[in-house]
Amino acid sequence: MYWKKCIKPYRWQAIIGFFFKMTEALFELCVPMAVARVIDYGVAKNDPQMIMKMAWVLFGLAIGGYCCAIVCQYFASLSSQGFGTIMRREMFNAINDYDYDNLDEMGTPTLITRITNDVNQLQDLVAMTIRLVSRSPFLIIGSLVAAFMINVQIALIFLIISPMIAFSIYWIMSHTQPLYRKIQSILDEVSSLTRENLSGVRVIRAFNKQKEEYQRFEETIDRQTYTQRHAGNLAALLNPATTVIVNLGIILILYVGGIKINAGSLTQGEVIALINYMNQILLSMYVFSNVILLYIKGSASYKRVVEVLDMHSSIIEGHESPTQNEEMIRFDHVSFSYKEGQALSDVSFVVNKNETIGIIGGTGAGKTSLVSLIPRFYDATTGKIYIKGKPISSYKFKSLRQLIGYVPQSAVLFKGSIRSNLLWGNKKASNKDIEKALEVSQAKEFVDKIGLDATIEAYGKNVSGGQRQRLTIARAIVKNPEILILDDSASALDFATDAKLRKALKTLDTTTLIVSQRVSSIAHADKIIVLRHGEIVGIGTHDQLLKDCQVYQEIVQSQSEGDHHEK
Amino acid sequence: MKNKNTLKRLLSFIKDYKILLYMALLCSAINIIFTLWTPVLIGQAIDQMIGKHEVHFMILYKKIAMIIFSVIMTSLFSYLVMRLSNTMTYNITRDFRKALFKQYHQLPLKFIDASSHGDLMSRMIADIDLISDGLLQGFTNLFAGIMTIIGTIVFMLMINVKIALIVIILTPLSLAVSSIIATKTYKYFQEQLKIRGELSGFVEEMIGNQKVVKAFSHEEENKENFNEINHRLFISGVKSQFLGALINPTTRVVNSIVYGSVCIFGAFSVLGGGLTIGALSSFLTYANQYTKPFNDISNVFTQLETALACADRVFNILDEQPLVECPHPKTIENPRGSIHIEDVTFSYKEDQELIKDFNLHVHPGQTIAIVGPTGCGKTTLINLLMRFYEPRLGSISIDGINIQDMTRKDMRSLYGMVLQDTWLFKGTIKDNIAFGKEDATLEEIIEASKKAHAHGFIEKLKDGYNAMLSEEGANLSNGQRQLLCIARIMLANPPMLILDEATSSIDTRTERQIQDAFDTMMKGRTTFIVAHRLSTIQKANQIVVMKEGHIVEQGTHEQLLKQNGFYHTLYYSQFDTE
Repeated sequence: MYWKKCIKPYRWQAIIGFFFKMTEALFELCVPMAVARVIDYGVAKNDPQMIMKMAWVLFGLAIGGYCCAIVCQYFASLSSQGFGTIMRREMFNAINDYDYDNLDEMGTPTLITRITNDVNQLQDLVAMTIRLVSRSPFLIIGSLVAAFMINVQIALIFLIISPMIAFSIYWIMSHTQPLYRKIQSILDEVSSLTRENLSGVRVIRAFNKQKEEYQRFEETIDRQTYTQRHAGNLAALLNPATTVIVNLGIILILYVGGIKINAGSLTQGEVIALINYMNQILLSMYVFSNVILLYIKGSASYKRVVEVLDMHSSIIEGHESPTQNEEMIRFDHVSFSYKEGQALSDVSFVVNKNETIGIIGGTGAGKTSLVSLIPRFYDATTGKIYIKGKPISSYKFKSLRQLIGYVPQSAVLFKGSIRSNLLWGNKKASNKDIEKALEVSQAKEFVDKIGLDATIEAYGKNVSGGQRQRLTIARAIVKNPEILILDDSASALDFATDAKLRKALKTLDTTTLIVSQRVSSIAHADKIIVLRHGEIVGIGTHDQLLKDCQVYQEIVQSQSEGDHHEK
Repeated sequence: MKNKNTLKRLLSFIKDYKILLYMALLCSAINIIFTLWTPVLIGQAIDQMIGKHEVHFMILYKKIAMIIFSVIMTSLFSYLVMRLSNTMTYNITRDFRKALFKQYHQLPLKFIDASSHGDLMSRMIADIDLISDGLLQGFTNLFAGIMTIIGTIVFMLMINVKIALIVIILTPLSLAVSSIIATKTYKYFQEQLKIRGELSGFVEEMIGNQKVVKAFSHEEENKENFNEINHRLFISGVKSQFLGALINPTTRVVNSIVYGSVCIFGAFSVLGGGLTIGALSSFLTYANQYTKPFNDISNVFTQLETALACADRVFNILDEQPLVECPHPKTIENPRGSIHIEDVTFSYKEDQELIKDFNLHVHPGQTIAIVGPTGCGKTTLINLLMRFYEPRLGSISIDGINIQDMTRKDMRSLYGMVLQDTWLFKGTIKDNIAFGKEDATLEEIIEASKKAHAHGFIEKLKDGYNAMLSEEGANLSNGQRQLLCIARIMLANPPMLILDEATSSIDTRTERQIQDAFDTMMKGRTTFIVAHRLSTIQKANQIVVMKEGHIVEQGTHEQLLKQNGFYHTLYYSQFDTE
């Protein structure tokens, strides 16, 4: 029960808020009684002093209720905001510990809406619970009790009318809710049609399909309008229906009240009070039905939040640290599959210290999957991976990842400055370390122009793709890693810069893995691993592979003058 | 006044539903009169029961009968008001959406490319929703609110002038108080919104790049940073929520005081003989309800403001100049596919000339290769050929006819276009292939798919040609999607082609199939091809070399190599392994 955990530190605040709201409602219930006294004792018995006394009571009730309300609002704000804050923290911590499988399953956009919108919704719900949930049932029951105190027989009218009001609200809500959901889903259709038409604008115009697309849109929008009107007309019944019912109650009170007054067992003031209580019940039921709607919405939000909190990484941390070893990486019969299917099957190879390894293959060959296993973004399905002689599952995450400088396929930087981004790898890096990393990554020239403290926007949107790639390479080098992994990270560089980068990387004291689709980027490597459909189809140097690896030959040919498949 | 104009135009959208609007207003007026009359009748009924043996049953029953009538009228007309305004609101929403969608199809691509699609979508969805919510419900509420206030004042004055004045003068106090609090809180709400934005920005950046975060073991720092923002949000949240929540009790306390005053003053008036007890009870009901229309009206104004702002955004798009066709278009009966590009100058922005004095003469059946590094602006040329954009100077003609003298529809139907950025819609595979030729038979579709090498994988799908594609065809691989687009062109069989060769997003086998399909298609057709493979480039009759949006060189393979320019560098770096 996550909500209990989140509200627990604020439970006293919540209880205090709740208590004060009850007190306020109690004050409110006393008002019609006081008015009845003014009429029955003050006016009917001609007692101005009684009227004055009741004046003080009425104003006292108003001010007292106000004070209670303020106290309640303060504690409600405190506990609901506190609740939301804890929930957001718990969610962020959970997400922080996700592995890539978890993230792939959830997707970033929904995580963001969950941590903001859904938590807001729940936060509001906590405040509403404190403020309204206590108040309206209390007012409904209180009004009933007050009616019984005035006259038991007339109170029976209340017992008939109240369930009728409740039922009519329930009936209309239960019939309109599914319609509203349907409207929402049609609206989603409208929005996906619009998106489709905007992204496909060239094709639609190239095929002159504007008219047909418009017809498709028209059909959907007409369906929406129809459903909206249907739902709207049904909802329009609520107000008239409850008005009729509550006034039926009032008429009965007047009718029976008339007989009772005539018999001397009821007073005029009491009739007025009863009518007030009847109206009070209707108002409270409206409020209560809104609270129920809020709960329906809130339970969907809560479910979405729980999904986030319930998801845990299946990758378990070890506790060892690395030691010296000549053998850097060993893949031992490693297979790996995503939910959608097999990505790597039975991959085995060894990488020694300071070697440069090239990994090549078409899209979907498993190149990125292979290198993602090394920092344990994912765990292999079967087989084992060793780094420096120890299985990677035995390492602490931090000490394993400390060894690795990883340059991802999509070059992203974070909001901040160039310097703050480069320091991600090593907070203590000196200016000299940074200079060196910039030099190797071929970024020095343009960084010198704009300065190390130049601002970087979120995702690094304000620098060009090529510059961004070079900065992400520099970021990994600042870390001074033993293993450097470049996942297709030079794709935005022109060929000359790419060549310079390769030359500079060789001067580093690291084991380097280069993933690429370009033969030229990996031809010089000590060893090239050729992947195809998740299997290794060749390992060796460029020359060896040219001789005896057919897939490699095909790749080389297709990128040079390979026309062999043309007839 | 900008707002005034927007309002006027909005009203013009209502024009078709004028009768509905008038009827709604009339029903609303009737509804309000009966709503206000009921408490008076109840008061009069109460006056008939003075005490023991002093109940006038005859009059009481008459009053009860009148109450029944009044309640029925109230309910009936309130239902009618809702129905009428629903019909009006939803129809206008529909008209808005249709008009906007139509406009999206008529706008120049220049506009669509320059706008964010997310923004265009939110105008279609969120803005129009807010217009219908705010403006139209606003109208009825505004009218009903004003009517209720006037009606209440009239009824109260009719019963007792002095007490009426208490209510009329004191009640606006609560409105003043609530508006003071609202302005004071505004600042805090803004601050809260800002921090919330900061928080979601942070989460987006860090979750979106979790791989990097993990690779650099940045999790702990992230937690700290998140907690810092989260704490600030807490402080600001408590402040704004508390202050905002004060409005309600504050107006309520003012109301209670008005209520108490009416009760006490009324009681003394009854003693003085100027008022009956029943009338006092009517007054108490009015005092309770009198604030509501004021609150409604003030809500309407904020809603109206939002609605007008949204309407403004929608009108901005509807006001964009749509494309115009030439008045007397020419047609080509038997297209041969010769294309002449004469002295074309083009730029997206005024100050940045991309193409200057470009000339190209293409004979029927020739192949033109467009080459250059990624992002060099090859789409610019396609944009001009397809008339997605117009050249600033110069002309493009097909078979001797300037494409500006033809309708866009006729001119575009001469081309078949396959781009790497494939586009499929939600629907069956069959419908997607038949996109260019609606009346195609299944045999023709299969024939085209076979030629495009798509038949094989389509047959393997569970429902074959009737398999449903999700939005943008996400359940197929990139290569398969492209094969479908090729089949589509195969079926449409146009005289000229615009093709975009695959770079690297596809595996070698599929790439080969696509290549074969392209080769089949290109036979005997004038083709513009964005080329990456050497064989395509070498075979091309002419090569257009582009760089950073500009056309930098143009000629045959041999000519260009001899020039020893950019093509030379490109050629040797891209196609040489060492």
